[in-house]
Amino acid sequence: MELPSGLKYSREHEWVRVEGNIAVIGITDFAQSELGDVVYVELPEVGTEVEANNTFGVVESVKAVSDLFAPVSGVVVEANTTLEDEPELVNSEPYEDGWMIRVEMKDESELNDLLEADSYRAYTEEESG
Amino acid sequence: MTNSEQDLRRTSLYETHKAAGAKMVPFAGYEMPVQYTGVIDEHNAVREAAGLFDVSHMGEFEARGKEAGAFIHKMVTNNVLRLEVGGVLYAAMCRAEGGIVDDLTVYRLDEERYMAVVNAANIEKDWEWMASHRTGDCAFENVSEGTGLLALQGPKAETILSKLIAGGGDMAAIPYYGARNKDVAGCEVLVSRTGYTGEDGFELYCKSADAPALWDSLMSEGEGEGLKPCGLGARDTLRTEMKFALYGNDIDESTHPLEAGLGWVVKYKAGDFIGREKLLSLKAEGVKRKLVGFEMVDRGIPRHGAPILIDGEVAGEVTSGTMSPSLGKAIGIGYVPASNADEGAALEIDIRGKARRAQIVKTPFYKKTQAE
Repeated sequence: MELPSGLKYSREHEWVRVEGNIAVIGITDFAQSELGDVVYVELPEVGTEVEANNTFGVVESVKAVSDLFAPVSGVVVEANTTLEDEPELVNSEPYEDGWMIRVEMKDESELNDLLEADSYRAYTEEESG
Repeated sequence: MTNSEQDLRRTSLYETHKAAGAKMVPFAGYEMPVQYTGVIDEHNAVREAAGLFDVSHMGEFEARGKEAGAFIHKMVTNNVLRLEVGGVLYAAMCRAEGGIVDDLTVYRLDEERYMAVVNAANIEKDWEWMASHRTGDCAFENVSEGTGLLALQGPKAETILSKLIAGGGDMAAIPYYGARNKDVAGCEVLVSRTGYTGEDGFELYCKSADAPALWDSLMSEGEGEGLKPCGLGARDTLRTEMKFALYGNDIDESTHPLEAGLGWVVKYKAGDFIGREKLLSLKAEGVKRKLVGFEMVDRGIPRHGAPILIDGEVAGEVTSGTMSPSLGKAIGIGYVPASNADEGAALEIDIRGKARRAQIVKTPFYKKTQAE
Protein backbone atom coordinates (compact mmCIF):
# COMPACT_ATOMS: atom_id res chain seq x y z
CA MET A 1 0.00 0.00 0.00
CA GLU A 2 1.34 3.38 -1.03
CA LEU A 3 1.12 6.06 1.70
CA PRO A 4 3.08 9.19 0.87
CA SER A 5 4.41 10.95 3.93
CA GLY A 6 3.58 14.63 4.15
CA LEU A 7 -0.10 13.96 3.52
CA LYS A 8 -2.78 13.86 6.21
CA TYR A 9 -5.20 10.96 6.36
CA SER A 10 -8.76 10.62 7.64
CA ARG A 11 -10.38 7.60 9.25
CA GLU A 12 -12.82 7.59 6.34
CA HIS A 13 -9.84 6.92 4.01
CA GLU A 14 -9.46 10.33 2.42
CA TRP A 15 -6.12 12.10 2.12
CA VAL A 16 -5.36 15.82 2.33
CA ARG A 17 -2.45 17.66 0.80
CA VAL A 18 -2.08 21.12 2.31
CA GLU A 19 -1.09 23.91 -0.09
CA GLY A 20 -1.27 27.15 1.91
CA ASN A 21 -4.90 27.52 2.96
CA ILE A 22 -6.02 25.05 0.30
CA ALA A 23 -6.67 21.36 1.07
CA VAL A 24 -6.40 19.02 -1.92
CA ILE A 25 -8.53 15.94 -1.21
CA GLY A 26 -8.70 12.44 -2.61
CA ILE A 27 -9.12 8.84 -1.47
CA THR A 28 -6.27 6.65 -0.31
CA ASP A 29 -4.61 3.72 -2.03
CA PHE A 30 -6.19 1.49 0.62
CA ALA A 31 -9.67 2.85 -0.22
CA GLN A 32 -9.32 2.45 -3.98
CA SER A 33 -8.02 -1.07 -3.55
CA GLU A 34 -10.94 -2.00 -1.30
CA LEU A 35 -13.42 -0.50 -3.76
CA GLY A 36 -12.07 -2.19 -6.87
CA ASP A 37 -12.59 -0.73 -10.37
CA VAL A 38 -13.92 2.81 -9.92
CA VAL A 39 -16.46 3.55 -12.66
CA TYR A 40 -18.19 6.70 -11.46
CA VAL A 41 -17.35 9.72 -9.34
CA GLU A 42 -19.80 12.45 -8.36
CA LEU A 43 -18.25 15.64 -6.99
CA PRO A 44 -19.68 18.93 -5.70
CA GLU A 45 -19.73 22.05 -7.84
CA VAL A 46 -17.30 24.90 -7.28
CA GLY A 47 -18.64 27.18 -4.55
CA THR A 48 -20.25 24.35 -2.56
CA GLU A 49 -19.60 24.50 1.17
CA VAL A 50 -18.38 21.26 2.66
CA GLU A 51 -18.21 20.42 6.33
CA ALA A 52 -15.72 18.16 8.07
CA ASN A 53 -16.99 14.57 8.50
CA ASN A 54 -19.98 15.20 6.21
CA THR A 55 -20.39 13.69 2.74
CA PHE A 56 -19.26 15.74 -0.23
CA GLY A 57 -19.73 13.23 -3.03
CA VAL A 58 -19.96 9.66 -4.13
CA VAL A 59 -17.56 7.13 -5.61
CA GLU A 60 -18.87 3.98 -7.25
CA SER A 61 -17.11 0.80 -8.23
CA VAL A 62 -18.79 -1.79 -10.42
CA LYS A 63 -20.41 -3.33 -7.37
CA ALA A 64 -20.52 -0.72 -4.62
CA VAL A 65 -21.57 2.85 -3.92
CA SER A 66 -19.54 4.70 -1.26
CA ASP A 67 -19.89 8.17 0.20
CA LEU A 68 -16.96 10.56 0.22
CA PHE A 69 -16.42 12.38 3.52
CA ALA A 70 -14.80 15.80 3.78
CA PRO A 71 -11.76 15.69 6.09
CA VAL A 72 -11.93 19.46 6.60
CA SER A 73 -14.52 22.25 6.29
CA GLY A 74 -14.45 24.95 3.64
CA VAL A 75 -15.52 26.00 0.16
CA VAL A 76 -14.84 23.93 -2.96
CA VAL A 77 -12.64 25.98 -5.27
CA GLU A 78 -12.03 23.27 -7.87
CA ALA A 79 -13.34 19.77 -8.64
CA ASN A 80 -11.41 17.28 -10.75
CA THR A 81 -13.76 17.08 -13.74
CA THR A 82 -11.33 14.76 -15.55
CA LEU A 83 -12.73 12.01 -13.33
CA GLU A 84 -16.10 12.27 -15.14
CA ASP A 85 -14.52 10.62 -18.17
CA GLU A 86 -11.62 8.84 -16.52
CA PRO A 87 -12.80 7.59 -13.12
CA GLU A 88 -10.16 4.84 -13.33
CA LEU A 89 -7.56 7.49 -12.40
CA VAL A 90 -8.78 7.03 -8.83
CA ASN A 91 -7.43 3.46 -9.01
CA SER A 92 -4.25 4.09 -10.96
CA GLU A 93 -3.12 7.40 -9.42
CA PRO A 94 -5.03 7.96 -6.19
CA TYR A 95 -2.62 10.66 -4.94
CA GLU A 96 -1.90 12.38 -8.27
CA ASP A 97 -4.35 12.69 -11.18
CA GLY A 98 -7.01 10.87 -9.14
CA TRP A 99 -7.44 13.82 -6.75
CA MET A 100 -11.04 14.93 -6.23
CA ILE A 101 -11.55 18.43 -4.86
CA ARG A 102 -9.62 21.50 -3.71
CA VAL A 103 -11.13 23.19 -0.67
CA GLU A 104 -10.36 26.62 0.77
CA MET A 105 -10.15 25.75 4.45
CA LYS A 106 -12.30 27.54 7.01
CA ASP A 107 -10.51 26.22 10.08
CA GLU A 108 -6.99 24.88 9.65
CA SER A 109 -7.00 23.49 13.19
CA GLU A 110 -9.22 20.68 11.86
CA LEU A 111 -6.06 19.27 10.28
CA ASN A 112 -4.95 18.28 13.78
CA ASP A 113 -7.72 15.67 13.91
CA LEU A 114 -6.22 13.84 10.91
CA LEU A 115 -3.64 11.07 10.97
CA GLU A 116 -0.04 10.96 9.79
CA ALA A 117 0.96 8.23 7.33
CA ASP A 118 2.25 5.88 10.04
CA SER A 119 -0.77 6.03 12.29
CA TYR A 120 -3.09 5.75 9.27
CA ARG A 121 -1.27 2.59 8.22
CA ALA A 122 -1.75 1.14 11.69
CA TYR A 123 -5.42 2.15 11.51
CA THR A 124 -5.99 0.32 8.19
CA GLU A 125 -4.23 -2.78 9.49
CA GLU A 126 -6.62 -2.81 12.42
CA GLU A 127 -9.61 -2.33 10.11
CA SER A 128 -8.71 -5.15 7.74
CA GLY A 129 -7.40 -7.41 10.47
CA MET B 1 -17.43 -26.79 5.84
CA THR B 2 -18.42 -23.69 7.75
CA ASN B 3 -16.61 -20.66 8.98
CA SER B 4 -17.42 -20.57 12.69
CA GLU B 5 -17.13 -16.78 12.93
CA GLN B 6 -19.92 -15.88 10.55
CA ASP B 7 -21.32 -19.35 9.98
CA LEU B 8 -20.69 -19.04 6.26
CA ARG B 9 -20.35 -22.14 4.15
CA ARG B 10 -17.42 -22.74 1.84
CA THR B 11 -17.15 -24.65 -1.41
CA SER B 12 -14.42 -27.24 -1.93
CA LEU B 13 -12.52 -24.55 -3.88
CA TYR B 14 -12.11 -22.16 -0.95
CA GLU B 15 -8.36 -22.76 -0.56
CA THR B 16 -7.89 -22.56 -4.35
CA HIS B 17 -9.54 -19.14 -4.37
CA LYS B 18 -7.47 -17.86 -1.47
CA ALA B 19 -4.26 -19.05 -3.15
CA ALA B 20 -5.30 -17.28 -6.36
CA GLY B 21 -5.67 -14.00 -4.46
CA ALA B 22 -9.45 -13.83 -4.54
CA LYS B 23 -11.35 -11.29 -2.50
CA MET B 24 -13.99 -13.31 -0.65
CA VAL B 25 -17.44 -11.98 0.28
CA PRO B 26 -20.56 -13.47 1.85
CA PHE B 27 -23.11 -14.48 -0.80
CA ALA B 28 -26.24 -16.60 -0.27
CA GLY B 29 -24.77 -18.02 2.92
CA TYR B 30 -21.46 -18.92 1.28
CA GLU B 31 -18.09 -17.29 1.36
CA MET B 32 -17.49 -16.77 -2.37
CA PRO B 33 -14.90 -15.00 -4.55
CA VAL B 34 -16.20 -11.62 -5.77
CA GLN B 35 -13.06 -10.88 -7.79
CA TYR B 36 -9.45 -11.95 -8.41
CA THR B 37 -7.72 -9.42 -10.66
CA GLY B 38 -10.65 -7.00 -10.94
CA VAL B 39 -14.24 -7.13 -12.15
CA ILE B 40 -13.63 -5.32 -15.46
CA ASP B 41 -10.55 -7.38 -16.31
CA GLU B 42 -12.41 -10.62 -15.61
CA HIS B 43 -15.49 -9.45 -17.50
CA ASN B 44 -13.37 -8.68 -20.56
CA ALA B 45 -11.60 -12.05 -20.34
CA VAL B 46 -14.97 -13.80 -20.67
CA ARG B 47 -16.05 -11.64 -23.63
CA GLU B 48 -12.71 -11.95 -25.44
CA ALA B 49 -11.16 -15.28 -24.33
CA ALA B 50 -12.50 -17.30 -21.41
CA GLY B 51 -13.24 -17.18 -17.70
CA LEU B 52 -13.61 -19.85 -15.03
CA PHE B 53 -16.17 -19.44 -12.25
CA ASP B 54 -16.80 -21.50 -9.13
CA VAL B 55 -20.57 -21.79 -8.82
CA SER B 56 -20.57 -24.82 -6.55
CA HIS B 57 -22.88 -22.95 -4.18
CA MET B 58 -25.78 -23.59 -6.60
CA GLY B 59 -28.17 -26.34 -5.48
CA GLU B 60 -28.81 -29.65 -7.24
CA PHE B 61 -31.79 -31.91 -6.62
CA GLU B 62 -32.17 -35.30 -8.25
CA ALA B 63 -35.47 -37.06 -8.97
CA ARG B 64 -35.37 -40.75 -9.88
CA GLY B 65 -38.10 -43.21 -10.77
CA LYS B 66 -40.91 -43.91 -13.22
CA GLU B 67 -42.75 -40.71 -12.34
CA ALA B 68 -39.73 -38.44 -11.87
CA GLY B 69 -40.41 -36.59 -15.14
CA ALA B 70 -44.08 -36.07 -14.32
CA PHE B 71 -43.15 -34.77 -10.86
CA ILE B 72 -40.65 -32.19 -12.12
CA HIS B 73 -43.02 -31.22 -14.93
CA LYS B 74 -45.74 -30.42 -12.41
CA MET B 75 -43.34 -28.15 -10.47
CA VAL B 76 -42.08 -25.89 -13.29
CA THR B 77 -43.50 -23.77 -16.12
CA ASN B 78 -41.56 -25.26 -19.05
CA ASN B 79 -42.29 -28.56 -20.78
CA VAL B 80 -40.17 -31.16 -18.99
CA LEU B 81 -42.05 -33.96 -20.79
CA ARG B 82 -40.41 -33.04 -24.10
CA LEU B 83 -36.85 -33.35 -22.69
CA GLU B 84 -34.76 -36.13 -24.19
CA VAL B 85 -31.94 -37.78 -22.27
CA GLY B 86 -29.06 -35.28 -22.33
CA GLY B 87 -31.42 -32.35 -22.75
CA VAL B 88 -31.57 -29.22 -20.57
CA LEU B 89 -34.23 -26.57 -20.20
CA TYR B 90 -34.66 -23.30 -18.33
CA ALA B 91 -37.87 -22.74 -16.38
CA ALA B 92 -39.56 -20.82 -13.61
CA MET B 93 -41.06 -22.52 -10.57
CA CYS B 94 -44.21 -20.76 -9.33
CA ARG B 95 -46.63 -20.74 -6.45
CA ALA B 96 -50.27 -21.42 -7.34
CA GLU B 97 -50.75 -17.61 -7.20
CA GLY B 98 -48.13 -17.14 -9.93
CA GLY B 99 -45.27 -15.72 -7.82
CA ILE B 100 -41.84 -17.04 -8.73
CA VAL B 101 -40.36 -19.45 -6.15
CA ASP B 102 -37.16 -19.72 -8.17
CA ASP B 103 -35.77 -19.89 -11.68
CA LEU B 104 -33.89 -23.06 -12.49
CA THR B 105 -32.55 -25.42 -15.11
CA VAL B 106 -33.79 -28.98 -15.49
CA TYR B 107 -31.66 -31.82 -16.85
CA ARG B 108 -32.82 -35.21 -18.04
CA LEU B 109 -29.84 -37.30 -16.98
CA ASP B 110 -31.32 -40.68 -17.91
CA GLU B 111 -34.67 -42.20 -18.88
CA GLU B 112 -35.94 -41.99 -15.32
CA ARG B 113 -33.50 -39.55 -13.78
CA TYR B 114 -33.78 -35.74 -13.68
CA MET B 115 -31.79 -32.97 -12.01
CA ALA B 116 -33.07 -29.53 -11.02
CA VAL B 117 -30.40 -26.84 -10.52
CA VAL B 118 -31.54 -24.01 -8.26
CA ASN B 119 -30.19 -20.76 -6.82
CA ALA B 120 -28.01 -21.09 -3.73
CA ALA B 121 -30.09 -18.66 -1.69
CA ASN B 122 -33.21 -20.73 -2.37
CA ILE B 123 -31.96 -24.27 -1.74
CA GLU B 124 -33.88 -24.79 1.49
CA LYS B 125 -37.03 -23.05 0.35
CA ASP B 126 -37.09 -24.90 -2.99
CA TRP B 127 -36.39 -28.21 -1.32
CA GLU B 128 -39.31 -27.80 1.07
CA TRP B 129 -41.63 -26.67 -1.70
CA MET B 130 -40.70 -29.44 -4.11
CA ALA B 131 -40.46 -32.25 -1.55
CA SER B 132 -43.93 -31.35 -0.24
CA HIS B 133 -45.35 -31.96 -3.73
CA ARG B 134 -43.54 -35.20 -4.48
CA THR B 135 -45.95 -37.95 -5.47
CA GLY B 136 -45.88 -41.36 -7.10
CA ASP B 137 -42.93 -43.56 -7.93
CA CYS B 138 -40.16 -41.03 -7.47
CA ALA B 139 -37.19 -40.69 -5.13
CA PHE B 140 -36.11 -37.10 -4.57
CA GLU B 141 -32.69 -36.22 -3.20
CA ASN B 142 -30.79 -33.01 -2.43
CA VAL B 143 -27.29 -33.69 -3.81
CA SER B 144 -26.02 -30.09 -3.49
CA GLU B 145 -23.46 -30.88 -0.82
CA GLY B 146 -21.58 -33.49 -2.85
CA THR B 147 -21.78 -31.63 -6.17
CA GLY B 148 -19.16 -29.22 -7.47
CA LEU B 149 -19.97 -26.84 -10.33
CA LEU B 150 -17.55 -24.85 -12.47
CA ALA B 151 -18.58 -22.53 -15.30
CA LEU B 152 -16.11 -22.22 -18.17
CA GLN B 153 -17.37 -19.36 -20.31
CA GLY B 154 -16.16 -17.44 -23.34
CA PRO B 155 -15.20 -17.86 -27.00
CA LYS B 156 -12.17 -19.98 -26.06
CA ALA B 157 -14.08 -22.28 -23.69
CA GLU B 158 -14.60 -25.03 -26.27
CA THR B 159 -10.94 -25.08 -27.35
CA ILE B 160 -9.75 -25.31 -23.74
CA LEU B 161 -12.21 -27.98 -22.68
CA SER B 162 -11.75 -30.21 -25.74
CA LYS B 163 -8.04 -30.63 -24.92
CA LEU B 164 -8.92 -32.11 -21.53
CA ILE B 165 -11.63 -34.51 -22.63
CA ALA B 166 -10.47 -38.12 -22.81
CA GLY B 167 -10.20 -39.20 -26.45
CA GLY B 168 -10.43 -35.55 -27.56
CA GLY B 169 -14.15 -34.95 -27.37
CA ASP B 170 -16.32 -34.17 -30.37
CA MET B 171 -17.54 -30.90 -28.92
CA ALA B 172 -20.02 -30.27 -31.73
CA ALA B 173 -21.91 -33.31 -30.40
CA ILE B 174 -22.84 -31.27 -27.31
CA PRO B 175 -25.52 -28.86 -28.53
CA TYR B 176 -26.56 -25.62 -26.84
CA TYR B 177 -28.66 -26.65 -23.83
CA GLY B 178 -27.37 -30.20 -24.08
CA ALA B 179 -25.30 -32.16 -21.55
CA ARG B 180 -23.08 -35.25 -21.83
CA ASN B 181 -21.05 -37.33 -19.38
CA LYS B 182 -17.32 -37.01 -20.10
CA ASP B 183 -13.98 -37.80 -18.57
CA VAL B 184 -12.38 -34.37 -18.14
CA ALA B 185 -8.78 -34.42 -16.88
CA GLY B 186 -9.47 -37.71 -15.13
CA CYS B 187 -12.66 -36.52 -13.41
CA GLU B 188 -16.20 -37.72 -14.10
CA VAL B 189 -17.97 -34.61 -15.35
CA LEU B 190 -21.41 -33.78 -16.69
CA VAL B 191 -20.51 -31.29 -19.44
CA SER B 192 -23.43 -28.93 -20.10
CA ARG B 193 -23.37 -26.31 -22.86
CA THR B 194 -25.13 -23.67 -20.79
CA GLY B 195 -24.19 -20.50 -18.93
CA TYR B 196 -25.12 -17.11 -17.54
CA THR B 197 -22.84 -14.82 -19.53
CA GLY B 198 -24.16 -14.65 -23.10
CA GLU B 199 -21.00 -16.34 -24.38
CA ASP B 200 -20.55 -19.88 -25.61
CA GLY B 201 -19.40 -22.02 -22.74
CA PHE B 202 -19.97 -24.90 -20.40
CA GLU B 203 -21.12 -25.69 -16.92
CA LEU B 204 -19.21 -28.63 -15.49
CA TYR B 205 -20.86 -30.72 -12.78
CA CYS B 206 -18.47 -32.95 -10.83
CA LYS B 207 -17.99 -34.48 -7.40
CA SER B 208 -17.23 -31.59 -5.05
CA ALA B 209 -14.04 -33.41 -3.97
CA ASP B 210 -12.86 -33.37 -7.62
CA ALA B 211 -13.53 -29.65 -8.16
CA PRO B 212 -10.08 -28.35 -7.07
CA ALA B 213 -8.23 -30.77 -9.41
CA LEU B 214 -10.60 -29.97 -12.27
CA TRP B 215 -10.15 -26.23 -11.65
CA ASP B 216 -6.34 -26.57 -11.70
CA SER B 217 -6.36 -28.64 -14.91
CA LEU B 218 -8.59 -26.10 -16.66
CA MET B 219 -6.51 -23.14 -15.46
CA SER B 220 -3.21 -24.60 -16.61
CA GLU B 221 -4.65 -25.74 -19.96
CA GLY B 222 -6.38 -22.40 -20.50
CA GLU B 223 -3.74 -19.94 -19.38
CA GLY B 224 -2.20 -19.76 -22.85
CA GLU B 225 -5.64 -19.00 -24.30
CA GLY B 226 -6.20 -16.10 -21.91
CA LEU B 227 -8.36 -17.98 -19.38
CA LYS B 228 -8.81 -16.10 -16.10
CA PRO B 229 -10.45 -17.04 -12.81
CA CYS B 230 -13.60 -14.94 -12.43
CA GLY B 231 -15.69 -13.95 -9.45
CA LEU B 232 -19.28 -13.09 -8.74
CA GLY B 233 -18.68 -9.44 -9.68
CA ALA B 234 -18.00 -10.27 -13.33
CA ARG B 235 -20.76 -12.89 -13.30
CA ASP B 236 -23.18 -10.10 -12.41
CA THR B 237 -22.00 -7.56 -15.02
CA LEU B 238 -22.00 -10.26 -17.72
CA ARG B 239 -25.54 -11.43 -16.95
CA THR B 240 -26.83 -7.86 -16.61
CA GLU B 241 -25.55 -7.01 -20.12
CA MET B 242 -27.66 -9.95 -21.34
CA LYS B 243 -30.67 -8.96 -19.19
CA PHE B 244 -30.64 -12.44 -17.65
CA ALA B 245 -32.81 -12.28 -14.53
CA LEU B 246 -31.18 -12.64 -11.12
CA TYR B 247 -33.43 -14.15 -8.47
CA GLY B 248 -33.80 -11.83 -5.51
CA ASN B 249 -33.05 -8.78 -7.69
CA ASP B 250 -35.23 -8.91 -10.82
CA ILE B 251 -37.59 -11.70 -9.89
CA ASP B 252 -39.00 -13.01 -6.62
CA GLU B 253 -42.25 -14.24 -5.13
CA SER B 254 -43.93 -10.87 -5.75
CA THR B 255 -43.29 -11.08 -9.50
CA HIS B 256 -44.67 -13.53 -12.05
CA PRO B 257 -42.98 -14.91 -15.17
CA LEU B 258 -45.12 -13.00 -17.67
CA GLU B 259 -44.20 -9.52 -16.42
CA ALA B 260 -40.59 -10.65 -15.93
CA GLY B 261 -40.19 -11.42 -19.63
CA LEU B 262 -40.13 -15.18 -18.97
CA GLY B 263 -43.33 -15.94 -20.89
CA TRP B 264 -41.21 -17.94 -23.34
CA VAL B 265 -40.60 -20.64 -20.71
CA VAL B 266 -44.29 -20.95 -19.78
CA LYS B 267 -45.86 -23.82 -21.74
CA TYR B 268 -49.61 -23.94 -21.07
CA LYS B 269 -50.41 -26.71 -23.56
CA ALA B 270 -47.96 -29.28 -22.20
CA GLY B 271 -50.13 -30.29 -19.26
CA ASP B 272 -50.77 -28.99 -15.79
CA PHE B 273 -48.17 -27.32 -13.57
CA ILE B 274 -48.42 -25.34 -10.35
CA GLY B 275 -49.47 -21.79 -11.21
CA ARG B 276 -50.81 -22.60 -14.67
CA GLU B 277 -54.37 -21.46 -13.99
CA LYS B 278 -53.27 -18.15 -12.49
CA LEU B 279 -50.79 -17.46 -15.29
CA LEU B 280 -53.50 -18.19 -17.91
CA SER B 281 -55.78 -15.62 -16.31
CA LEU B 282 -52.96 -13.07 -15.98
CA LYS B 283 -52.21 -13.61 -19.65
CA ALA B 284 -55.87 -13.09 -20.57
CA GLU B 285 -56.07 -9.90 -18.47
CA GLY B 286 -52.92 -8.55 -20.06
CA VAL B 287 -49.66 -7.86 -18.23
CA LYS B 288 -49.76 -4.62 -16.19
CA ARG B 289 -46.03 -4.02 -15.89
CA LYS B 290 -42.97 -5.23 -17.70
CA LEU B 291 -39.33 -5.78 -16.91
CA VAL B 292 -37.41 -3.59 -19.36
CA GLY B 293 -33.81 -2.65 -20.00
CA PHE B 294 -32.72 0.99 -20.11
CA GLU B 295 -29.60 3.05 -20.70
CA MET B 296 -28.75 6.18 -18.79
CA VAL B 297 -28.79 9.42 -20.80
CA ASP B 298 -27.58 11.57 -17.89
CA ARG B 299 -24.65 10.66 -15.68
CA GLY B 300 -25.13 8.20 -12.81
CA ILE B 301 -25.44 4.47 -12.27
CA PRO B 302 -28.88 3.04 -11.56
CA ARG B 303 -28.88 0.60 -8.65
CA HIS B 304 -31.31 -1.97 -7.26
CA GLY B 305 -34.17 -0.21 -5.50
CA ALA B 306 -33.86 3.20 -7.16
CA PRO B 307 -37.29 4.63 -8.12
CA ILE B 308 -38.19 4.89 -11.83
CA LEU B 309 -40.09 8.08 -12.65
CA ILE B 310 -42.41 8.78 -15.57
CA ASP B 311 -43.63 12.39 -15.92
CA GLY B 312 -42.20 13.08 -12.48
CA GLU B 313 -44.21 10.34 -10.76
CA VAL B 314 -42.83 7.11 -9.31
CA ALA B 315 -43.85 4.42 -11.82
CA GLY B 316 -41.57 1.53 -10.96
CA GLU B 317 -38.28 0.44 -9.52
CA VAL B 318 -34.81 -0.47 -10.73
CA THR B 319 -34.10 -4.15 -10.07
CA SER B 320 -30.52 -4.34 -11.40
CA GLY B 321 -28.03 -1.82 -12.70
CA THR B 322 -24.36 -1.41 -13.36
CA MET B 323 -21.74 0.31 -15.43
CA SER B 324 -21.53 -2.01 -18.45
CA PRO B 325 -17.88 -2.85 -19.08
CA SER B 326 -18.56 -4.00 -22.67
CA LEU B 327 -20.61 -0.95 -23.65
CA GLY B 328 -18.99 1.71 -21.47
CA LYS B 329 -22.46 2.92 -20.48
CA ALA B 330 -24.57 2.77 -17.34
CA ILE B 331 -27.42 0.29 -17.87
CA GLY B 332 -30.32 -0.91 -15.80
CA ILE B 333 -33.26 -3.28 -15.59
CA GLY B 334 -36.55 -2.50 -13.92
CA TYR B 335 -40.32 -2.77 -13.92
CA VAL B 336 -42.38 -0.09 -15.68
CA PRO B 337 -46.10 0.11 -16.56
CA ALA B 338 -46.84 -1.92 -19.71
CA SER B 339 -48.26 1.25 -21.30
CA ASN B 340 -44.81 2.84 -21.11
CA ALA B 341 -42.56 -0.11 -21.87
CA ASP B 342 -41.73 0.49 -25.54
CA GLU B 343 -38.23 0.80 -26.88
CA GLY B 344 -37.22 4.44 -26.98
CA ALA B 345 -39.59 5.51 -24.18
CA ALA B 346 -38.15 8.14 -21.85
CA LEU B 347 -37.74 7.43 -18.14
CA GLU B 348 -36.10 9.15 -15.25
CA ILE B 349 -34.24 7.35 -12.52
CA ASP B 350 -34.13 8.85 -9.04
CA ILE B 351 -30.48 8.48 -8.05
CA ARG B 352 -29.75 9.94 -4.61
CA GLY B 353 -32.73 12.27 -4.87
CA LYS B 354 -31.96 13.63 -8.34
CA ALA B 355 -34.05 12.68 -11.37
CA ARG B 356 -31.75 11.58 -14.18
CA ARG B 357 -32.80 10.82 -17.72
CA ALA B 358 -32.78 7.30 -19.14
CA GLN B 359 -34.24 5.59 -22.17
CA ILE B 360 -35.69 2.12 -22.71
CA VAL B 361 -33.54 0.15 -25.15
CA LYS B 362 -33.61 -3.19 -26.90
CA THR B 363 -32.18 -6.09 -24.92
CA PRO B 364 -29.90 -7.93 -24.58
CA PHE B 365 -27.86 -4.77 -24.12
CA TYR B 366 -24.81 -6.59 -25.44
CA LYS B 367 -24.79 -8.33 -28.80
CA LYS B 368 -21.86 -10.39 -29.97
CA THR B 369 -21.78 -8.73 -33.43
CA GLN B 370 -21.22 -5.26 -32.00
CA ALA B 371 -18.05 -6.39 -30.23
CA GLU B 372 -14.75 -4.76 -31.15
